[in-house]
Amino acid sequence: MKQQIIMKLLTGVAGLGIALGAVNVHASPEKDRQDFIKYYTEKYPHVKLDDYVYGALAFDPDAKAQYDAIMEFPPFDSVVEQGRKMFETPLKSGKKLSDCLPNGGKMIAGNYPMFDEARGKVVTLNDVINDCRVANGEAAWKVDDVKTMGVLNAYLRTLSDGMLTNVKVEGPKALAAYEDGKKSFFTRKGQLNFACANCHVQNAGVKLRSELISPAVGHTVHWPVFRGGDNLVQLQQRYVGCYRSVRAVSPPAGSTMMNNLEYFHSYLSNGLPMKASVFRK
Amino acid sequence: MRKYVAAACAISALMLSASVLAQQAPAAGAAAPKKEETGKDIAFNRSKGNCLACHAMPTVPDAESPGLYGPPLIAMSARYPNKAALRAKIWDPMVTNPATSMIPYGKHGVLTEAEIDKVTDFVYGL
Ligand code: HEC
Ligand code: HEC
Repeated sequence: MKQQIIMKLLTGVAGLGIALGAVNVHASPEKDRQDFIKYYTEKYPHVKLDDYVYGALAFDPDAKAQYDAIMEFPPFDSVVEQGRKMFETPLKSGKKLSDCLPNGGKMIAGNYPMFDEARGKVVTLNDVINDCRVANGEAAWKVDDVKTMGVLNAYLRTLSDGMLTNVKVEGPKALAAYEDGKKSFFTRKGQLNFACANCHVQNAGVKLRSELISPAVGHTVHWPVFRGGDNLVQLQQRYVGCYRSVRAVSPPAGSTMMNNLEYFHSYLSNGLPMKASVFRK
Repeated sequence: MRKYVAAACAISALMLSASVLAQQAPAAGAAAPKKEETGKDIAFNRSKGNCLACHAMPTVPDAESPGLYGPPLIAMSARYPNKAALRAKIWDPMVTNPATSMIPYGKHGVLTEAEIDKVTDFVYGL
């Protein structure tokens, strides 16, 4: 995805089909990832790829220093602790989540979203948590419920700190889900007519009013975030927020569309380390 | 921490949120008489033109903390001698640049035709 193709992808749905077709001939998810990285690193040669996990902070040393200071004593520690208690509380069956999740829940977050061949769809870590709950006699949580799923994740995902993102796209069905997510990323929506790529590719590192815009590579590794120190936000809730900001009707968190978007989006961060949870202003 | 919370509030104002849009539609006939908005008011209003989110206006002293998505709006009558072309750019920027990250103010009904006329006059004078 050279600069030219990224621009083509932004020219609207009509152009998109053609451009995607052109990409598909030679492209693979891995080629897409490399092209994204090339696009950003050529534009910003002084910003290290490893620092993309800090989002917009990678482009603003002062804001990064403030972030570092806050992260020394995270204001949201008590929520993480609450999540640990949740994680350790036995489910109705008497088993715990750690008995049910792969590898006891440790060093797994970077494998998700994952394409489940048997079910023919993308499965997020939140889906896996719900599967465990249901298999052990509990009701599923709403994937975007802050007080349950959000708080649990604030702890659970710390067990994967440092794991390198390792999302796999294998086989035609997985590739179709990936392509669907990619299409969402490049499709303009809403009264204000923006695609994710308009902001997070075309204008990454650029200010929208006083807000510096983050690159899409590195976006998915550090969730949930605590905005303003205490407002817990999961990844797909952020998607919803960005859709709303362009006055689009957002697809709901947990929908196939959102899961496919997360699948594509997460693949872009392959090789980058996970970290939960982090502060955002 | 207060500083960050304040910053967060500033962001939500910037984010042109759906609720802002809802407030925007005036109830027909019920509008209380108020001072007429100028082109500059509309251009500066975060829930209307919000042009400063993306454009600097170097000749306007109170055009503070602009974004940088778009080029500075300056010497516009020299660059757009044909005012209709300037209006058309604001109405739908995709016509001249399909990959643009500017909002189609007229085509998508973000501003009314009358509001676009006023904004065009204002920008033409920059
Ligand atoms: C009109 C501009 C705009 C569009 C379009 C947009 N975003 Fe954002 N996004 C922002 C702003 C502003 C922020 C906050 C600053 C930042 O971190 O980039 C943000 C933040 C984010 C973050 C959090 C980054 C972090 O490190 O905390 C993610 C993830 C994200 N956006 C994903 C998306 C996705 C996916 C889409 C498309 C569905 C999208 N955005 C569309 C403006 C936009
Ligand atoms: C979200 C970003 C954004 C907003 C908001 C925005 N613009 Fe733009 N504008 C751009 C970008 C990017 C360009 C350059 C790309 C292009 O030509 O379409 C541009 C180009 C222009 C141009 C052409 C400039 C030239 O040198 O040719 C004019 C005129 C303009 N904008 C006027 C406005 C006005 C008036 C408003 C508010 C009513 C506005 N813009 C709001 C992003 C924006």
